[in-house]
Amino acid sequence: MNMIAETKLEPKQVQTMQNSFKMLGRNVTVHYGAKQALFDVNLAIRQNTVTALIGPSGCGKSTFLRCLNRMNDTIDNCRVGGEITLEGQDIYDPSIDVVELRARVGMVFQKPNPFPKSIYENVAYGPRIHGLARSKVDFDQIVETSLIKAGLWNEVKDRLHEAGTGLSGGQQQRLCIARAVAVSPEVILMDEPCSALDPIATAKVEELIHELRSNYTIVIVTHSMQQAARVSQRTAMFHLGQLVEENDTDKIFTNPDESRTQDYIMGRFG
Amino acid sequence: MSDAILTASVPAVRRDIGLKRRYAAERRFRLYGLAAITIGLVFLALLLTSVVRKGYTAFVQTEISLPVTFSEALVDPTNKRAEDPQILAKGKYDKVIREALAAQLGFDAKDLKSGKAADQLISPSARVELRDMVLADPSLVGKTIDVSLLAEGNIDSANKGQIDLSVPEARRKVKDQQLTWMQQLKDAGKLKFAFNTGLFVNGASSRPEAAGLGVAAIGSAVMMLIVLALSLPIGVAASIYLEEFAPKNKFTDLIEVNINNLAAVPSIVYGLLGLSVFVNFLGMPRSAAVVGGLVLTLMTLPTIIIATRASLKAVPPSIRSAALGLGASKMQMIFHHVLPLAMPGVLTGAIIGLAHALGETAPLLLIGMVAFVANYPVTPMDPSTALPVQIYMWANEAERAFVERTSGAIMVLLVFLILMNLGAVLLRRRFERRW
Ligand SMILES: Nc1ncnc2c1ncn2[C@@H]1O[C@H](COP(=O)(O)OP(=O)(O)O)[C@@H](O)[C@H]1O
Ligand SMILES: [Mg+2]
Repeated sequence: MNMIAETKLEPKQVQTMQNSFKMLGRNVTVHYGAKQALFDVNLAIRQNTVTALIGPSGCGKSTFLRCLNRMNDTIDNCRVGGEITLEGQDIYDPSIDVVELRARVGMVFQKPNPFPKSIYENVAYGPRIHGLARSKVDFDQIVETSLIKAGLWNEVKDRLHEAGTGLSGGQQQRLCIARAVAVSPEVILMDEPCSALDPIATAKVEELIHELRSNYTIVIVTHSMQQAARVSQRTAMFHLGQLVEENDTDKIFTNPDESRTQDYIMGRFG
Repeated sequence: MSDAILTASVPAVRRDIGLKRRYAAERRFRLYGLAAITIGLVFLALLLTSVVRKGYTAFVQTEISLPVTFSEALVDPTNKRAEDPQILAKGKYDKVIREALAAQLGFDAKDLKSGKAADQLISPSARVELRDMVLADPSLVGKTIDVSLLAEGNIDSANKGQIDLSVPEARRKVKDQQLTWMQQLKDAGKLKFAFNTGLFVNGASSRPEAAGLGVAAIGSAVMMLIVLALSLPIGVAASIYLEEFAPKNKFTDLIEVNINNLAAVPSIVYGLLGLSVFVNFLGMPRSAAVVGGLVLTLMTLPTIIIATRASLKAVPPSIRSAALGLGASKMQMIFHHVLPLAMPGVLTGAIIGLAHALGETAPLLLIGMVAFVANYPVTPMDPSTALPVQIYMWANEAERAFVERTSGAIMVLLVFLILMNLGAVLLRRRFERRW
């Protein structure tokens, strides 16, 4: 059963849910100007779990993902309604600093977008602006561990000071993951991270997501059913700006509650 | 069987996809491009050859070296230099020169007619030169030393072969007697060409041989520094604000339209603005490099703002999202990532604006920089001129020696421009090498 499909919840219930989930969106609505892109989405993100967001293109997956670290703030005429909490704290509360929020909720984008700087600088940039390290030794340490976590260390350890943009697409994407990991976020959001990659690079990134799960909470948007099935434990199905259903990935792919989910998974639309 | 072979050997009818037409179009386009470039190059070559042909002689200057005797009777007849060294400034240095010439050329110094003609061999500025020498070192009085003196402008022109000697003597600037003397001096190795340092260090002068670009070059350099120091930071700050922070509404649209219009406003209008605001209203001095610099700054700002905004816009949005997604603040995003990537474009805009400002004459005329300034400005508030204004003033002079100087000055201005562009190219390379 979808735990939060019911919109009417007792305050007490909400409280316990906020405590047991890493992030929680309640009645999230998003408008781009006059156009509504999300309708009352209620979705919980569990700690140390990979949550996959699936659905036909244009259904609002990226929009919802961007709500989770307030990247929507950077889009003109985008309005977000409802409530989203991170460990019980409303992230749209005026007392919350988006800079700090984004340090806690990192993001990896659809197209690899390393800075046009060296590999080392790409990874060290986040820790530098957040003051996570002081000495050169500390920075070296962070760069190394982040690149190791992103499974890129062995490939680039001899050319840390060469351009990050000179890597292959798959390596660039893992560099972006290393860059996100370097600021020690709690949640990592990934928006179709493999859509620009070849199958081998995709396999590497998927493997990486698998490993990262033990330390981070991951939300991944994907248009590939197989990928969702391979990497995620929970899956949320979106359609036309609405959350159709959310459940264990196994359940969604074998026996979904909604016929729309069934149809989408069988490839009948999308 | 045979049918099958037949059909196989008949080539399939291909649709005409217009390949020929397409290639012809491409060839035509290349030709147009080549023609355009050729025309441009031809005009550039014409311009350069005409300027260089007319102006290269300006870089050498005829000098006459003479043994000059600073006799006490002429320099200090009352013998008071011990009490008052300034008395030496009143010496009769023109007579000193005439005596030196008389001795060298072998005419009687008392003969007024020959003396006058001989005087015209040497630039009047030579008197000042000798006076300054004696003032600096009073022990020279009574001594004889070899001094190189500037030849007069017409003599210089004659020596460069620029005076038509077939014209009857009465209508010629250089008389036959003077020509004979020139030959005499030349044979004695006393009349020679020397590099024209005066062109670069002297200020304005009514005598072409003593006129130089020094004051104008300093004025231009000071103005360029002012323009760079003001318009680059102001322009970049304004662009960043408009592009990244300002809300997009009717009001900012209006500002944008106005900036684009300002870039097209004739420069003379900026001169009028400068005259009424800086000189008349704020009471700044006329002909000063500050005012010129401020006016040129106003003129350059729109160019820099337009170029900067365009290059800020061209920075890929993915870089912005990457920085913001990592938790960079907007300021950090702009100054760590966006601006460095936009820098080559900003520099291009700045250099185009600066090059324009360097060559601008009209607004400077209006704020009175078209003055006759012989002394170096000590502060930017002192009167000074600018290179293009100097060219304009020399171009209005009639003497032959000013014609070559005009072209020479144009060459100096072009070298200035080339150096500036070179600097910009080097800077841009450095920024672009950051991948
Ligand atoms: N920046 C934007 N401005 C206006 N409309 C947008 C913007 N981004 C997305 N949308 C609209 O919102 C809807 C959801 O988009 P999106 O979240 O990108 O879909 P998905 O990622 O599921 O393909 C789409 O109809 C899209 O046109
Ligand atoms: Mg999307």
